[in-house]
Amino acid sequence: MSAPQNRINNPSRRNFIAATAVGAASLGAVALAPGLHLIEVSQASAPSAGASSKVRWGMLIDTTKCASGCDECVQACNTENGINETVQDARQGSQWIRKIDLKDPQSGRQHSLPMMCQHCEKPPCVDVCPTGASMKRADGIVLVDRHICIGCRYCMMACPYKARSFVHQPLTEQNPQVPRGMGCVESCTFCVQRVDRGLKPACVEACPEGAMTFGDLNDPNSDIARRLANEASTQVRADLKLGLGVRYQGI
Amino acid sequence: MHLEENSLFEENLFYLLAVIGSLITAVGLGAALYMEHSGHVVTGMNNQVVWGMPHVFAIFLVVAASGVLNVASIGSVFGKTLYKARAPLSGLLALAMLAAGLIIVMLDLGRADRMIVAMTHLNITSMFGWNTILYPGFFAIVGIYMWTLMDRKMNPYSKPAGLAAFIWRILLTTGTGSIFGFLVARQAYQSAMLAPMFIIMSFAWGLAVFMIVQKAMFSWNDKQLHPQIRARMKNLLGTFVAAVFYFVIVYHLTNLYFAKQTAFEHFILLSGGAFTVLFWGGYVLLGTLLPLLLLYAPAFSNRSGSVFAAASLVLVGAFSLLYVFIIGAQVFPLDIFPGMEVSSSFMDGKIDHYTPSLPEILLGFGGIGIAFTATAIGVRVLKFLPEDDIQKLENSGHMLD
Repeated sequence: MSAPQNRINNPSRRNFIAATAVGAASLGAVALAPGLHLIEVSQASAPSAGASSKVRWGMLIDTTKCASGCDECVQACNTENGINETVQDARQGSQWIRKIDLKDPQSGRQHSLPMMCQHCEKPPCVDVCPTGASMKRADGIVLVDRHICIGCRYCMMACPYKARSFVHQPLTEQNPQVPRGMGCVESCTFCVQRVDRGLKPACVEACPEGAMTFGDLNDPNSDIARRLANEASTQVRADLKLGLGVRYQGI
Repeated sequence: MHLEENSLFEENLFYLLAVIGSLITAVGLGAALYMEHSGHVVTGMNNQVVWGMPHVFAIFLVVAASGVLNVASIGSVFGKTLYKARAPLSGLLALAMLAAGLIIVMLDLGRADRMIVAMTHLNITSMFGWNTILYPGFFAIVGIYMWTLMDRKMNPYSKPAGLAAFIWRILLTTGTGSIFGFLVARQAYQSAMLAPMFIIMSFAWGLAVFMIVQKAMFSWNDKQLHPQIRARMKNLLGTFVAAVFYFVIVYHLTNLYFAKQTAFEHFILLSGGAFTVLFWGGYVLLGTLLPLLLLYAPAFSNRSGSVFAAASLVLVGAFSLLYVFIIGAQVFPLDIFPGMEVSSSFMDGKIDHYTPSLPEILLGFGGIGIAFTATAIGVRVLKFLPEDDIQKLENSGHMLD
């Protein structure tokens, strides 16, 4: 028993063990630090809470300001969401937002407007989705869960606004914040990746005429809620009573 | 139909048919693999016409599968002895065709690899979701029903099992019709009529398939179907074909009466090009009027060939009607802004066009190949040739009732 005690009481050996321990701890700390740092970063960037049902995101589009031939909103959407694939047949390409030109055959009055997912309160796409991949967040944003979409396209048959696209071909160079994939259905997300950071959807920011207003319909002090309270607006296919998050003026 | 009774020629013919069926199936599966690998860009489907040729084949097979089971139901549930001898074949065809239809739908999915997701995530508000319960249930109930038919010890249970299968098949076809009936967006759909219409379509198409298979099996075995039995079955087919025609007429008349639907009806009935030709030529003329003529005109109605031709034409009509119903409804633009002229980069306000690509068509035929091969092997291995005891039938009065 005395020999080991002697060995451990040996000052030089004790110093060596201590130095080794400190060195190992330091190495360990160096090895763990990046991971700890990443955890901190991810915690910092993650929303502190999920979507709140107190908020109802909505959009108001003034078609009297929307110019025919202008597609700044469409371009901004494509850039923000990484919709950059080339397709031979345009009908097989994704169109999260598209411009529609309208003409009243009797009066000849014309106007133009952007059409996208109307983020219905009672979305037919959510009703018909067999797996629940089509879903509505608590704040009213209608999304597709890419992990459980099986690509049956029933939601596309059900959408009265033709707002959904099916990815027909392999994709490359995607925006990491906006995962997309061949064989799944997708549509306007109100740029949820921006909204969750307190930003407006890309189309709203890009509109040169300021024809698009985005905000919380439930907040009586928001710009959109005040305007909807005081100005006339329309829901497209209001007869379907789907409770749309997107309202139009001038149609 | 014992193996030892078959001549060498019949043996070879069976293997030839099995090989042909398997080859068609293999080509269909290959086409599905190609679509899965390349994406739906290699199909004629797009973001306007989202369901195409595979769905025409699949819906036909699913609807006819539930209809072909009626032959068994008439025997077990409604006590018609004549049809009892046909029950096992009816059950086999129902299982083979439903499996084939479902395989087509699954292989056409954008993410066919996620079938397990479809089975483990159920949205109860979805008609597709309900169908994921109805289809496996059909397999289970028809399987049990066939057991009660084929196992002598289980025979006493064949009536309740047959009743359960009959009720389930009505639910299943209601579900298939409601896939479309519950769609509020498209002009051609959103109608409660579609569920009963699909049920009566299944009666006609299923019986037509059964009569074709029955005729082929009798010919193969050098047997002749008794003329009275043929007469009874062809009268039933005629009744079903006429009933489908009635539903189709009422469906279109209803639409014609609604101003908001007249543009769509004009497209289908008058100006729709291939769709109009398929509706009038394929469905009305070839698929309805000509079969009715063959089944009821005294000059033809007693001939075995006429009845076979009529049943075949009913299937031509079925495919024509489904093509118009599924594709025609999608190429017609959605009425997003009623009363306005619209144009856009995405076919708004315009009639779209759809040309099915080869892989889509091959996938559809692959499904037919699956049903054909499964049936050929099934009737070969099991004793499914309807054996009619004519004397017994006549004595019991079942040839007359």
